[in-house]
Amino acid sequence: MHLLRIALSSLANRRFTALLTVFAIALSMALLLAVERVRTEARASFASTISSTDLIVGARSGSINLLLYSVFRIGNATNNIRWSSFEHFAQHPQVKWAVPLSLGDSHHGYRVLGTSEDYFTHYQYGRKNHLALREGRFFNNQAPFEVVLGAEVADALGYTLGQELVLAHGVAAVSLVKHDDKPFTTVGILARTGTPVDRTLHIALAGMQAIHIDWQHGAPAYGNQKISAEQALQMDLQPKEITAMLIGLKSRMATFALQREINQWSGEPLLAILPGVALQELWSLMGTAEKALFIVSLFVVLTGLIGMLTAILTSLNERRREMAILRSVGARPWHIASLLILEAFSLAFAGILAGLAFLYLAIALVQGPLQSHYGLYLAFSAPTLYEWQLLGAVLAAGVLMGAVPAWRAYRQSLADGLNIRL
Amino acid sequence: MARHTPIIELRDLRFAWPKQALLLDIAEFTLQPQQRLFLKGPSGSGKTTLLGLLGGVQLPQSGCIKLLGQDLSQLSASARDRFRVDHSGFIFQQFNLLPFLSVLHNVLLPCQFSKLRQQRATARHGSIEEAAQALLLQLGLTESLHHTLAGQLSIGQQQRVAAARALIGQPELVIADEPTSALDADSREAFLHLLFSECAAAKASLLFVSHDQSLAPLFDRSIDLTELNRATRKQEY
Repeated sequence: MHLLRIALSSLANRRFTALLTVFAIALSMALLLAVERVRTEARASFASTISSTDLIVGARSGSINLLLYSVFRIGNATNNIRWSSFEHFAQHPQVKWAVPLSLGDSHHGYRVLGTSEDYFTHYQYGRKNHLALREGRFFNNQAPFEVVLGAEVADALGYTLGQELVLAHGVAAVSLVKHDDKPFTTVGILARTGTPVDRTLHIALAGMQAIHIDWQHGAPAYGNQKISAEQALQMDLQPKEITAMLIGLKSRMATFALQREINQWSGEPLLAILPGVALQELWSLMGTAEKALFIVSLFVVLTGLIGMLTAILTSLNERRREMAILRSVGARPWHIASLLILEAFSLAFAGILAGLAFLYLAIALVQGPLQSHYGLYLAFSAPTLYEWQLLGAVLAAGVLMGAVPAWRAYRQSLADGLNIRL
Repeated sequence: MARHTPIIELRDLRFAWPKQALLLDIAEFTLQPQQRLFLKGPSGSGKTTLLGLLGGVQLPQSGCIKLLGQDLSQLSASARDRFRVDHSGFIFQQFNLLPFLSVLHNVLLPCQFSKLRQQRATARHGSIEEAAQALLLQLGLTESLHHTLAGQLSIGQQQRVAAARALIGQPELVIADEPTSALDADSREAFLHLLFSECAAAKASLLFVSHDQSLAPLFDRSIDLTELNRATRKQEY
């Protein structure tokens, strides 16, 4: 159609402004799509921080609190649970496996998790991924002073296999009390998971017990009360208390029954949660931020479109001559108006196409790092239906914006007629 | 269309812009077929408004304005737009062309808005492109220039492209508004002779508006708008 050719040629004549406009729309569009993709993927990856675990059991508090400290290593347990309680439920006929978790110490701000070898077997994340080793081996339950590092801990602190390290009491980033009489040796480093596991140091429960064995009333022992690492190894390192436990069931059908049984158990006040449900609850808390991000990126797109509107409107005055010439060769006012609509459409369309190109370029660039550092997998997939709808809506908004200069040009060309003004 | 229907016929035409004094008051004015008329109009004499009326962009408050026997006030706004491009070609002072289109596409513009001129151009030359090229060649614009952007030509060349555009598809009327004012004396006459011969070839009447009295002898007829327009005469007295 010749009107489209005139519109495109006219745009080409103003290519610098046109390109800037397209660039602005493209960037805003790419941002919108990227936010959309990241938030979809983040939600999916968040929901699969822990998988294949049927119940998490801890001292009675809130379900989100329990989830936060047992899985995300955020916050602290209000209370511990007795080892006997762990044994009681670990031997429950419905329970297939149970893994103890003991928290409370740290190393340079990274949490230390005391657990058993079974943790490496049963902890799963994402789409049923098991923990894998990048180097070395898992610790041995019988060797209390071995530590397996999460990937981020090893990378951030520059630790390699054989590294000796000292744990600090408590979980503050700067700790005043260190377990420096009982150093640990790095025996393994885990592959990246994109979950809190990356930020955790894993030791055996026995190690956790050993470093606290001579502590009394929450303070380290003095003088001859001290027990050395060698002496500790000779002692019974069976812990009396743990922080939480993960439970896998023989049949998922039994989940609710066992949850009720644990919650109502008279032996000790316990709380059992379904990790999936608690994760959903937690995400719904953070969902506001996610929505806010989306809305902000919508406004960025709006800004891009308003930039286009400004560019077209400012060009109108200097293009009165163009309009008058077109009128003199027979263009009717609605031709002039459609010319400007076509212009807005072309700019928005080019912006959207370039935006898609930017998005895929960005995905290509950050796919690897994002996967290894944050466990977010951004797929190189075609736009989803929802994304197409977004693109269509932006295009429609662009054309709608074009109606403003179109209306002005329509009025202007009616008033100007064939009258050419410089 | 009868053989002797005047191309332009004005009778008791009165026009004023909203909330302004009467600008045009013309008792009678005609332009015969294939006539070359020089209309002298200094700035402020209402000549731009008159051209707007002849183009059917504005309508007079009273009186009659007929092109080829058709009363323009009987037509709707879009019918007037169509009538304008079907039957008349315009050449303006300067910057007549869309600088971002090629010379050829500038010439083709009227054919894209008028079926009639498209048909006439095709009937005579086979296709509108060939019609445009033939006109451009006759106006001394060699083929190498046809695909360059119009904005890159000299003013003289641009005016010849504008003439080709006004003439393509043989409209009955060519209206030229000071087309030579940006040209020097020599190219002015050369341009006029080209325009005359092309108008003659296309059997078009020419209404040539200018303030430059020295060109008047070249035309069949010469009229002073200030004398034609009773509104300005009243102001002067």
